[in-house]
Amino acid sequence: MSVIDIKDLSFAYDKQLILENVNLSVEEKDFLAIIGPNGGGKSTLVKLILGIHKFKKGSISVLGKEPSKSLSHIGYVPQNTNINTDFPIKVIEVVMMGHVGGERPFFGYGKDEVLCAMGALAQVGMEDFAQTKIGSLSGGQRQRVMIARALCAHPQILILDEPTSSIDITGQKEIYELLKMLNQSITIIVVSHDISVILEYANKAAHVNKTLSYHDISNKEKTFHTHGNDGHFCEIELLQMLGAESCNSCVEEETPKWREVK
Amino acid sequence: MIEALQFEFMQHALLAGLLVSFAAGIIGSLIVVNRMVFLAGGIAHTSYGGIGLAVYFGLPIFLGASVFAVSAALLIAALTLKKRHRMDTFIGLIWAVGMAIGVIFVDLTPGYNVDLMSYLFGSILAVSSEDLYFMGALLTLILFVVTFWYRDILAVSYDSEYAALRDVNVRFFYTLILILSALTVVIAIKVVGLILVIAMLTIPVYIAEKLSNSLFSMMFLSGAIATLFTLVGLWFSYTYDLTSGASIIIVSAVSLGAFLLFYRGK
Repeated sequence: MSVIDIKDLSFAYDKQLILENVNLSVEEKDFLAIIGPNGGGKSTLVKLILGIHKFKKGSISVLGKEPSKSLSHIGYVPQNTNINTDFPIKVIEVVMMGHVGGERPFFGYGKDEVLCAMGALAQVGMEDFAQTKIGSLSGGQRQRVMIARALCAHPQILILDEPTSSIDITGQKEIYELLKMLNQSITIIVVSHDISVILEYANKAAHVNKTLSYHDISNKEKTFHTHGNDGHFCEIELLQMLGAESCNSCVEEETPKWREVK
Repeated sequence: MIEALQFEFMQHALLAGLLVSFAAGIIGSLIVVNRMVFLAGGIAHTSYGGIGLAVYFGLPIFLGASVFAVSAALLIAALTLKKRHRMDTFIGLIWAVGMAIGVIFVDLTPGYNVDLMSYLFGSILAVSSEDLYFMGALLTLILFVVTFWYRDILAVSYDSEYAALRDVNVRFFYTLILILSALTVVIAIKVVGLILVIAMLTIPVYIAEKLSNSLFSMMFLSGAIATLFTLVGLWFSYTYDLTSGASIIIVSAVSLGAFLLFYRGK
């Protein structure tokens, strides 16, 4: 069953065309990686799926409805969660922002809301930090809290925009392992510069640079040939397969980068 | 100082100081976390336009200043929600034009001209009973709003884009914060004046922010700190015969300096 269906979608800011004739179908429990150069339209595509931007041409259907109508079933982790770190707010309060609708008490939050938020924190392994000020967490911990906030609404789809851009390598690995676990019950879409995520965790990859090209990479052995005995995959090969040769920043890369697959 | 308390004007001054300090602490917190300090400055100065109009038409000063400041807040809200990147230009414009309108209308008023200085630097020793009712009513309104809509205001202030995705009416709460800021600025004019109000809205808040781990505690701690500064400032003003508004601000600034030294040492 497909949870997101995008057909012939074009989008422009003022007169600058950002996305052109994009077609994409995301199946239930997919782990889709959206990659592409800066300014290529990755974040814009996400914001269209979330209904933050309105499009004129084409169609987007999320869980069978138009984007703004299925918002309560989508969990979203925005880019730049490092802003506003001075803000005096506790972790649990951030997570409870994820709630939508429902009964609410006269002041503050209901007991069920607190329980639900604690549950979401436990899912990401941050329940011990519920009463901590958000600014005193590390980048990786803060990102987990933002994932908990998204999980608070019990989403069917979880969308993350550059979730690991400001996190150290160990933290990145932990975030992706967490997503892999969540992927057992939730469809996951990750926007990322980091190509290693595709090779290790995603089963579908979409390259966005005004146009979108799309590939099933669930069978990695067949999709990529390995180099030598140490089992490296070639990233350039992946980029070429996804149509990235039209992207200047990728072509200019003189030497292929190799990355290990475990 | 104790013997001064038997004078009605001194009782009024203390009560006004208390009410205004708490309102300024709560609203100042919202202004600071929403990065609206420049904006609040603009509203404070433009409210002089309302004072000028009120003087010219013989209306109550509070009424004129409130209507004018709230109109300016609504105008700024409409402009900034549409053109966020040009916000500072608009605020600068509204800042100056409001003051100019005020000056012109005071010029046009025949006969005795009001003392401009008392609005620029405050006149806490001349607070009337009506002023106190107005201040009390506004503080009640503020307490009601931040209690009833705490979670929405928190969501909009912390991450407005996410709040919008969770069905929170960001425009409504942004405008509401601006309107309450405008009204708070108007009552604070009586205590510290429209030029000094910005310090009252930010200095206690800055200290409270460092000591709080939630917006709620920050708002009430700011209120308490602002009250302390106002009372100490008032004492200095009475004892050494200094302008009350300026005394309050100097007390606040010196305390902030001491706090930063001590806090860094920790």
